[in-house]
Amino acid sequence: MLHIRDLRTSILEPASLALSAGECIAVRGPSGAGKTLLLRAIADLDPNQGFVTLDGRDRSTIPGPEWRRLVGYVPAEPGWWAETVGEHFRDWAAARACLKELGFSEETKSWPVSRMSTGERLRFALVRALTVRPRVLLLDEPTAALDAGAVAAVEALIASRVRGGLAVLWVTHDEPQTRRIACRQLVVEKGRVREADQ
Amino acid sequence: MTGYIVLNYWDLALASVLVLVDAALSIIFGLRIHRGLLVAAVRMTVQLMLVGLVLTALFSVVSPLLTGLTVLGMILFAGQEVILRQERRLSGWWSYGLGTGCMMMSSILVTTFALLTALRPNPWYDPRYAIPLLGMILGNCMTGIALGLNTLTTTLVTRRAGVEAQLMLGASRWDAVAPVTRDALRSALMPTINSMAATGLVSLPGMMTGQILGGVPPVEAVKYQILVMFLIAGGTGFGAVAAVLGGIYRLTDGRHRLRLDRLIGPRRV
Repeated sequence: MLHIRDLRTSILEPASLALSAGECIAVRGPSGAGKTLLLRAIADLDPNQGFVTLDGRDRSTIPGPEWRRLVGYVPAEPGWWAETVGEHFRDWAAARACLKELGFSEETKSWPVSRMSTGERLRFALVRALTVRPRVLLLDEPTAALDAGAVAAVEALIASRVRGGLAVLWVTHDEPQTRRIACRQLVVEKGRVREADQ
Repeated sequence: MTGYIVLNYWDLALASVLVLVDAALSIIFGLRIHRGLLVAAVRMTVQLMLVGLVLTALFSVVSPLLTGLTVLGMILFAGQEVILRQERRLSGWWSYGLGTGCMMMSSILVTTFALLTALRPNPWYDPRYAIPLLGMILGNCMTGIALGLNTLTTTLVTRRAGVEAQLMLGASRWDAVAPVTRDALRSALMPTINSMAATGLVSLPGMMTGQILGGVPPVEAVKYQILVMFLIAGGTGFGAVAAVLGGIYRLTDGRHRLRLDRLIGPRRV
């Protein structure tokens, strides 16, 4: 579904990969190797060159905002722009079910952003990205600051979406998690992206 | 305009003693600002003396070319001043070009508007009206644009994550930076709004005071001041909106990305 050929930036070496609907690929590699840059380049948040298509549609023919609604990205440190949690959701009704799956109640809507912990921010950002209904989701260590129970809930939520056809690129440092969530692995080292040996 | 008191140079020398007192205080308390203070006082004196001579010459010939060149020179100096007040600058020609271009556009537009409608001197470019009017509008416009651009760039840097979060969810670049745009424009226009609100109660503006000292009846001087305040508000508004929108245009791109790589800085102001 998502085809990438020779995607490169000033730091990233040309990278090629294909991601099918309902597939989850784990992305591993040491810190600073370029994993985040790879995701940002796919989401078209940084200047980059190369050929990217989604369902055969060339990315360069799709306006940036529309592309990012199709290919969502959740960074390791999600950003917030308003005072309360609810203001960050265009469609709170759609978010409610997801948040419930992750153990959050209705009253979180009025929480001030400043009160959220790092782990809560990650989960709200994930739900925020899911409510846009992307075809592809790029996740940058979405469970890095979570306890075991919350990790399981996030993995279950994403797994259910993957079964529904969502394609996922998931950056993680956690080896057991890699085996739980993904059937393929990419390794990023010094700006070079390659498929891991199975 | 009759009956204004002519100052002689001894009067100025006597007043300058106040600056020397300031400098003495700086030395006594170890503030280390006496040097800067004296240099600034000397610069001010020399610059104003020169301007007096230039204006005398300019007013006597009433040449559209010389008036235009003077206007251009003032705007180019103001452009330099805008750059000096930026903590982070746009890269390349945008740094100087954006602020200067916007100031040129708005201050000339508003000055010409006033010359052709309210004042109507003959000829319309008579430097005795055009130059002081432009100077007042330009000075305020410069402050507004410098504040607006500085707020825009520093806020985009500090709120980068929030702006990009909106872009990631499919917002356009203009929507994603809208809160920052509002802050930048507010800080650009706040001095103008504040000065309009406080004028007359707290401060008596320099131009009006000057006219009154020059023998103009207060009611007439007040009318001039009101006109100038409106012109300043208009000029600062146009200039700041153009500069802030131009800055956003430069700091984002056609793919709706945030392009903070087009900023240079930070630097202590």
